[in-house]
Order: sequence, then C-alpha cells, then structure tokens
Amino acid sequence: MSISRRIADNQPEHFAFSDENKKKIKTILAKYPKERKSSAVLPLLDLAQRQHDNWLPMKAIEAVAEICDMAEIRVLEVATFYTMFNLKPVGKYFIQACGTTPCWLRGSDDVMRCIKDKLGISSGETSACGKFSLLEVECLGACVNAPMVQINDDYYEDLDYMATNDLIDRLAVDDVPPAGSVRGRQGSQPEPAPTSLTKIVPFPGAKKDKGDDHA
Amino acid sequence: MITLTIDGIEVEVEEGASVLQACEAAGKEVPRFCYHERLSIAGNCRMCLVEMERSPKPVASCAMPAGNGMVIKTDTPMVKKAREGVMEFMLINHPLDCPICDQGGECDLQDQAMGYGMADSRYQEPKRTVENKEMGPLISTIMTRCIHCTRCVRFATEVAGVPELGAIGRGETMEITTYLEKALASELSGNVVDLCPVGALTSRPYAFQARSWELSHTSSIDVMDALGSHIRVDSRGNQVMRVLPRNNDDVNEEWISDKTRHAIDGLRTPRIDRPYLRNAKGRLEEASWDEAFTAIKKAIGKAKPDEIASIAGDLCDAEAMFALSQLMDKIGSPHKDCRQDGSVVGQQGEGSYLFNSSIAGIDDADVIFLIGANPRHEAAVMNARIRQNYFNRDVKIFRLGAEVDLTYPVTELGDDARLLEKLVDKGGPVVTALKRAKRPMIILGQAALRRKDSMGLLDLVGQLAKQVDLVKKDWNGFNVLHTAAARVAGLMLNFLPGKGGKPTMEIVAGLEKGNIKVLYNLGADEVDLSQRADKSFVIYQGSHGDRGASQADVVLPGAAWSEKDGIYVNTEGRVQYASRVTFPPGDAREDWAIIRALSAAIGQTLGYDDLSSLRQTMTAAVPTLAVTDQPQSAKLGKIGRRQAITASPMGHAIGAGSGVSFYMTCPISRASVTMAECVKAFELNDKAEAAE
Repeated sequence: MSISRRIADNQPEHFAFSDENKKKIKTILAKYPKERKSSAVLPLLDLAQRQHDNWLPMKAIEAVAEICDMAEIRVLEVATFYTMFNLKPVGKYFIQACGTTPCWLRGSDDVMRCIKDKLGISSGETSACGKFSLLEVECLGACVNAPMVQINDDYYEDLDYMATNDLIDRLAVDDVPPAGSVRGRQGSQPEPAPTSLTKIVPFPGAKKDKGDDHA
Repeated sequence: MITLTIDGIEVEVEEGASVLQACEAAGKEVPRFCYHERLSIAGNCRMCLVEMERSPKPVASCAMPAGNGMVIKTDTPMVKKAREGVMEFMLINHPLDCPICDQGGECDLQDQAMGYGMADSRYQEPKRTVENKEMGPLISTIMTRCIHCTRCVRFATEVAGVPELGAIGRGETMEITTYLEKALASELSGNVVDLCPVGALTSRPYAFQARSWELSHTSSIDVMDALGSHIRVDSRGNQVMRVLPRNNDDVNEEWISDKTRHAIDGLRTPRIDRPYLRNAKGRLEEASWDEAFTAIKKAIGKAKPDEIASIAGDLCDAEAMFALSQLMDKIGSPHKDCRQDGSVVGQQGEGSYLFNSSIAGIDDADVIFLIGANPRHEAAVMNARIRQNYFNRDVKIFRLGAEVDLTYPVTELGDDARLLEKLVDKGGPVVTALKRAKRPMIILGQAALRRKDSMGLLDLVGQLAKQVDLVKKDWNGFNVLHTAAARVAGLMLNFLPGKGGKPTMEIVAGLEKGNIKVLYNLGADEVDLSQRADKSFVIYQGSHGDRGASQADVVLPGAAWSEKDGIYVNTEGRVQYASRVTFPPGDAREDWAIIRALSAAIGQTLGYDDLSSLRQTMTAAVPTLAVTDQPQSAKLGKIGRRQAITASPMGHAIGAGSGVSFYMTCPISRASVTMAECVKAFELNDKAEAAE
C-alpha cells in the first residue's frame, strides 16, 4: 500500500499540541539527552494520537518530526511500523481483538463473529454509527485469560460470544464496563477460587513475625 | 591488526573491519545485497551468511566484526544451504520479469541467483505486488522488484543529505517511498540507480534504450564541473547511451552528479555539423571549410594583431587551448582569456588558483571557511564529501556568502563582501577557529572571484591566510573551487592576457567600441556579444548551436567532449585524459585539428601534425601538464592587490538565486531534454513554493 492509501483522505490542515500536552512534551524530552531527541518519537506520537481522537494526521507526524529534530519520513516510518498508531480516523471505541494461537484456541473466532454480527465490521473497518472500529492484532500478552480484546486502553478478558455481545451493548450507550476479566477473575487466578497459596506457610526457620500473619 | 583464518587462509585486517571485509582480503567472494562499502551497515538481506567456528548458526559477515583468532568458512555445505535458503526467500516476492527489466544483464539478484540459488523454485503461492512510486524525472520505479536492501534509503540519508527516502510499513507490507511521494530533490539522486541491486530503481531517461551487453565501455573524465569525476561512458554505434561513475577514492569516490549522468542527451542536438558563414542578409548559411577559412583569413588580414582577441570556453580540452594560444602568439595578439566569466585568478602563480588541499584533503580538514562558494551546486560530489566529514568528524564549517541549503549545518556570517575586511581587521570566531585548526581550509568560490573588487577580496584572503597560518609545512589550506572543466588547464597553459592584453570583459567592451575587430571564440557560450559593433568579426568554434554560434560570423564545427581525446585538469590540478567515445557528427572535427588546419590556411602554420606531437610540444612548454592523475599544489605567493571593497552581496555562481540553474550550465546541458525536465521538476516547483 502506498502512503496515499495508508493515510486518511481528509487530512486536517493544522495540528498543534495543546498547552497541557506541551508541558508533557517538556517532561518527555527531559528524559533523554539533548542530542538524542529522536528517542522521544514514540511517546510523542502517542501523545499526538491521544489528543487527536485516536488517529494521527500527517500534520501531527510533521509536528513530531519538528520537535524531535527528525526527517518527516523517519517519523512516518515509525508511525507505519507500529499497528498501534492509526493513520486513519477510528471510532470512539477502538477494538483490538487478539487472534493469536492461545486466544484462537479459546474461541477468538466467536468474539470476532459477534462483532461482525453486531456491528457489521471486519478487521480494519469502522461501524456505520462511527462509534466502533475493529482491528485484528497479534498477541497482546493476556493469554492466560484468553480470548481477549483491547478497547482503547483497557483489556477485556475471558470473553465469549455472549460476553462480547453485552460488552458492545454497554459501550453503545457509553456505559463503559470495568476492565479485566468479564467473569470477575482476579488476575489469572483459577476458577472458582484459588487452588494454591491459600494460606501463608512460613519459610522453615524463619522468625515468626506477628504483624505478618495474613492467614 | 587482527589475524583470522578464512577457509584455511590466514589474513590480517585492520581493527574494526568486518568478517566480510576479511573474506575479501582473503580473496573469497561473499554474495551480498544490502552491504555497500560506502554506506552504513544494515545487515538485513542475510545473503552474506558464513560459518563461524563455535557458532551454532551461520553469521551475517557484513555485520560481524572480525576478531582475533576467528575461524571462518565460506565454502561449507552449511553456508551453501544458508545462501540457497536466503535466495529462495528473496525470490518469493520478486517477479520473474527479467526479460522486460532494464537491470537484466547487470543485475546482482540475477547473478547471485545463478551463482548461489537453487536450480528451480518450489514456490506455488501468489506473489505480492507493490505500487510504483513517483521519484522525479530521473528515476523510474518498479517497486514490486524491490528486495528491501535499503541501500537507496541509506544513500539519500547519509551521502546525499536529503532524508526523504524511507521504508514504511513492516514485514510483507514494507515499501520504499519518499515522504508523500515527492521527487528525490538531490543533485546526486541518479546514484541510487547504480546502488539498487535489482531493477526496482532504474534510470528513467535510459529506460528501454539498450541492453548492457550491447554497449561498449569507454573510461573517460567528466566535464560538467571542475571536479573531473571519473566516468565510464557506454555507447552503442555512434551514440552515447549512458554515463556511469568509475571508482576513484581521491576524486568522486563512486558517485557522480545528475548533470554528469543525464546531460548526455544534449550531445545529440542541436549540433553544429558543418561550417557556417554569415551571408549578406545577415543569416548563417552552410559553407565549406575552404569558404570559412577564406573568410577568416580575410578578416584576420584586415585587422592589426592588436585588434585580434580570443576567448576560450568552459568545456575546452587543453590541446585546443594550447593550439589556439600558440596561433594567437604567432599572429601577435596579446588579448587571450580562458576566463569567460570575468574571474580574476590566474596570474599570481599556480598556488593562487588551485584547490591546493586536494579534494581528498577535505577528509583531513578540521575547519572549512567557504567564501562565495556553493559546493552543493558548483561541485555536487565534493559537497557530499564535506557533508560526510561534517558528520563523521565534526568539522566546523563557516560561510561568507549567500545562504543555500548545503545539506549540513553551516555557521552563516552573512552575505556582504565587506565582512571580510572586518574579519581581517577585528577577527571573530571564524578567525579564532581557523587559527586553532591544525588543517584549516578556505574555499573560494567563483562568485567571489569575478567581482569588480575581487582583487581586493583576494588581498584580504591573503592577509587572512597569513594571520591564521593557512599554509603550513605539510598543508596548504588555500583553495579555489572552479566550476569550469577547462579552467585550470587554461590557466596552466597561460591562456591569459599577455603584455598589454585585455581580459574577457575588456575584449567584449573592445568589440563594442571597435578597438577589437576579430574575436576567436573557442566554445565560450556564456559571454554576451550581442552588443558588439557591426563591423566586428567573430569566429565561433564549438559543438553546439548555442549562444556563441548565433552571435558569430563564422561557425566552425568542433567536437563535443565525448568525441575527442583530450586532457582536462580538474580544480585540484589533476591532469586527466578523457577518451573519444564516438565520432563527431558530419564535418565536425577535433578542435585542435581545426585550429591546426586554420593556421596553415592563414599562413601561420603550427608545428605539429598529430595529437601526440601536439602533446609533446605542450608538455614541454608546460611541464605541470606532464604529471598525470595527481593533485598538485603550489606555494601561495602574494595574491590580489589592495582595492576598496564595495558593500554588496556575493551570491554564488550556480544554483538558487544566481540565475544559473545547476542543471543548465553549459551548451550540452542546456540542450538536454532531461535537464530541462529536472529544472521543471525541482527548480520551478521550488520557486512556486517560495512564491506562496
């Protein structure tokens, strides 16, 4: 795909970081040596994307290039390399659904089918209402609670067809459910309750400390 | 030094060398696509895999530093299998369109597939295709053929200094492109075509013109600027098909400018292929050699020796200038000048007009002070060298003169000639830096040398040179950057005003006033003779129907640079031999031969009948011309003379704002369609943008 196909047709004419973000940029730049400003390219692109409805217009790429003292094409290379950067507008809820082996074995196809049934979109598309976008991605590192999707910054885990259905219904009315396992699991603990480490067994020979007794 | 064993051969390489370089030192060929000696190491094609003892996997030899005691094998079954595997992956997405590919016959991928690949393909699945990219009038792209070696990206970023090329996307969707698909705005862009190991980037003007095996190759010297880049001219029949760079570490490394490479279509038209004579109606009419010579004889016979003058142009070979100079001496005319732009250097010793530090000397310099010079457009390949030194060694660069983007940061002093006075009197950061430098360099551009007050400027530079100790025991930091290929040879031959002789500007004025009656114009197309008196008589000898021919009374058809054996001396005094590639068209002849024939016709016969005896006479008269292929430098004597400096901008000789386009500096490049397209693509757009 050439650049013109990768980016949005309607590009805004201007992009400027907000005053609040300008302060953040100062903090970010301070983390790197002065002559290594280009190290800040990823956090700055992220900042720009968050400010601009979760997608990066070319003007934002140019603004970041200017701040990082990099050639525009270098920033574009970064922005096109990572799937986390959107070069076209996306819906308010940007769903990244994992389709890598563990999620797939645990039923990511059902999750995907549900999204298709409810919203009529496949990977890379935005729903007619403009509220949802879907992108099939590779492993997001939550395999223990597979299958899962990431919506904006939050992970939703332990999904199946019905759970995805409920999730979308609630998001459609902007009632954002709490992140994590939809079945209420803590971390990746076994269901219905932990099977190990249920009580604290002191290390043999360790001094008994009164305040440390959780059991 | 590091000692290691390659296939049982012990070799010594320098510290920091790669395993691949060690293999080459041992005489072992290692196939590669992404690795290139003059670019940074990418290590992404994996074709250079070799076996290393105690390593379970083959290693990429280009990216592996050579270490003491390493044992490397390049001819084991493991290496063979690794190469076959890499080759197979490479060919998965490479189209099998060699029969219609311009790279066919000189393609690295083709050659290495034959040499290191498997006999046939196991791949049954669909191949990917990639959209072609717009890269301007010189580069045509067939991006499906790209194997992502990123040589072009590294060249644009590291050497050309225009970081506009990049690889967007990842994995199978990776593509090489310019930012928003703009043309690659560099004077060196044509080199990416040479670098491309496949047919993804090919030469657009040369597209489908010839196959590499049909061409004859001639080693020659470029005349489009004063660097004297080493080139190979490829021809078929009597036509120059293309120009490629030859490697020469001391001059052009292995790059050439786009003008060198692509102005050759200007060699075909509009050529002067027979003598012309201005008739009674004032129109140029075809004539025979006899008629032309008779007319010249009549005109010269009528004029006194003091009323005859000659000017030599920027593309002349030394032989022609020598012959003309001798002819003028025989006639008794002191009015000779090889500096058609009105430059003032030449009469104060060789040291005053040479690039004394030598081009390779830039690699040693630690402070460079540019005065009225724009190396990007006046010597594009040299500019890349300065740039590399700026980035690799942190050379400090100052400039006095018009601002222009040189692709590296420069400390600007301003564009006012009088600033030089201030520097000499009061000093400043430049003077301090030059004083502290071990190898200071001052580069004087033509813009500083063809002003009315140039002698005064030279005087100031001379004072500055003394102040900062510019010339040391083993270092001469005084440099003149010439732009004309003929200039240094002309100066060495003393094709300059003799006793009481007039320089170019006065010759032109003399033609207008009437005290110069006959002008012999040897290929000088940039002098303006339009105001000359009606009675004056101008002989033009040259190859192209450009300004010089249209302003002449007699036109003699000369050979273009590719049609004659000739000696050219580059800006650092390097004497180089250009070779004949094709024959001159029609009645056109080698320039020295025309002058020799004319000398007999007017009864002033010159004493040589062939090129070798001319060269013998010439090198006897000017012994420096006998030293070939070596940069020369000479002691810097007193330069310039005291003169008031006018407060006026210096500008530069070629490039933005000077009125002379980089792409059109001589009759050949002005006649070139490709160069005209470049002007349209790169310079008119810039102007439009600036107007916005």
